[in-house]
Amino acid sequence: MFENVFEKNVAITGIGQSEIARPSQKTAMQLTADACLQAIADAGLKRSDIDGVACWPGDNNHGDPFSPIGTTALKSALGLNVNWHGGGYEGPGPLAGVINGAMAIAAGLAKNVLVYRTITEASGRLRNRDATALTNKTTGRDSSYAWSWYTPFNVMSAINLIAMYAQRHFHEYGTTPEQFAQIALTCRHHATLNPKALFRTPMSMDDYMAARMISTPLRLFDCDVHCDASTAIILSRADIARDLPNPPIRIEAIGAALNQPWSWDQVSLTEMVTREVSDMMWNRTDFKPSDVDTAQLYDGFSILTLIWLEGLGFCKRGEGGAFIEGGARIRLGGELPLNTSGGQLSAGRTHGMGYVHEACTQLWGRAAGRQIDDCKVAVTAAGGGPLGGSVLLVRE
Amino acid sequence: MARKLPQLTPENSAFWQGGAKGELLIERCDDCQRWQHPPGPICRACGSRSVQSRPVSGRGRVYSFTINHQPWTPALAVPNAIAIVELEEQPGLRFVSNVVDCPVESIAIGMAVRVQFLQQDDVWLPLFVPAQ
Repeated sequence: MFENVFEKNVAITGIGQSEIARPSQKTAMQLTADACLQAIADAGLKRSDIDGVACWPGDNNHGDPFSPIGTTALKSALGLNVNWHGGGYEGPGPLAGVINGAMAIAAGLAKNVLVYRTITEASGRLRNRDATALTNKTTGRDSSYAWSWYTPFNVMSAINLIAMYAQRHFHEYGTTPEQFAQIALTCRHHATLNPKALFRTPMSMDDYMAARMISTPLRLFDCDVHCDASTAIILSRADIARDLPNPPIRIEAIGAALNQPWSWDQVSLTEMVTREVSDMMWNRTDFKPSDVDTAQLYDGFSILTLIWLEGLGFCKRGEGGAFIEGGARIRLGGELPLNTSGGQLSAGRTHGMGYVHEACTQLWGRAAGRQIDDCKVAVTAAGGGPLGGSVLLVRE
Repeated sequence: MARKLPQLTPENSAFWQGGAKGELLIERCDDCQRWQHPPGPICRACGSRSVQSRPVSGRGRVYSFTINHQPWTPALAVPNAIAIVELEEQPGLRFVSNVVDCPVESIAIGMAVRVQFLQQDDVWLPLFVPAQ
């Protein structure tokens, strides 16, 4: 068991988000400034109050559209003087910035940490259609530790790996395409209620089934939608958070895991590391899955969301298909509204931090036409394959 | 089409070049007898440094697969089949490859396959074909 559940001493006190565009006319740094300044103001703080900066993955290969803005560049551009900053790709996935920022506060390195995620894959793909391809991550021969085992076999997108997870889930548990479609359909329904979502046209089961197959059994609308956007939150030490304008959203518990071995084909295809993440998170809190008012779960590809639903204990392993069948349970008004912004599938691939932003939007009652009644507890989780992380949020 | 090829290293070249002699070479621990892939400097299970690449049967089963329909690059011929093949030597000993020389509609989980190498430059890619 864990001796120091440090995260309970950290709260989210403000959020911000740039436009979500496809593409944006703004630069990556302008988008990031929009999100960060909005978050700082929302928290009732000034730039001079920010003494830490965190993000995942940070400066990624000098302007790569997957993550064009690092902490050092942002700190400089916003004129921040911080005690601690950190980014980097290695960690438990897209929520790693939140977890690292909370650790910095708990360790006494900072009081108010700005956490952000910027992505410009829409404009990146306009410049170069192969910008996001796995085969484009290295020039010449592939020397990467993981991808070099897959790219020689024409795995050019993560979908080729993740599609095999879906195929295996269908095989082991009898999950049907019609059940599975409810992830994409639910996200689209929620997107119709979110003015910032990119895809807001209502989608029927027929529309979903008629869309072209990308990599069996995953169809076009099982894939998230590239965008240009930046999302930011402010983490504050609990005693400081209590004096700020927004009701503190406590980091109630975190979970994180990396499969042994680091591998996309030897990890459990139908569970990934969601069980390890889940065990860690629920062992750090008295809350239970039944206490959760909304789940904001990674939907880079829709099968990942289904696996997270099972892994976090909202239903038994293998029963995800039945759990989401018909969609009522995971829609607004159901027992576990899922990805209420429209998720990455329909609102845009803000990549991880978008889930935290939407959770806070719901917890603070700001979600207007898609608001969940009396929303107090939200779970966010992100990652796929051998890595994953989760954050349980509770409004005080 | 020309495939993206791996950078060869002392650790991975047995896997990528064993096909020159018609052998699929996988690393095995001399002490605990476990096979492991990808290869590394020690046995990940028991910690032994006595690990060596050794030939396997080349027989296995399709653990999962996908038929890719998206032409990610203009040169990629679609549909193409990508599979995770589990080798018969050990449960969980599996890696990504391609199933070739059969209609993509005939590929199924559990299908018996055997290795067949495709040479490109100095790399012998271990692909798989139906075993019968």
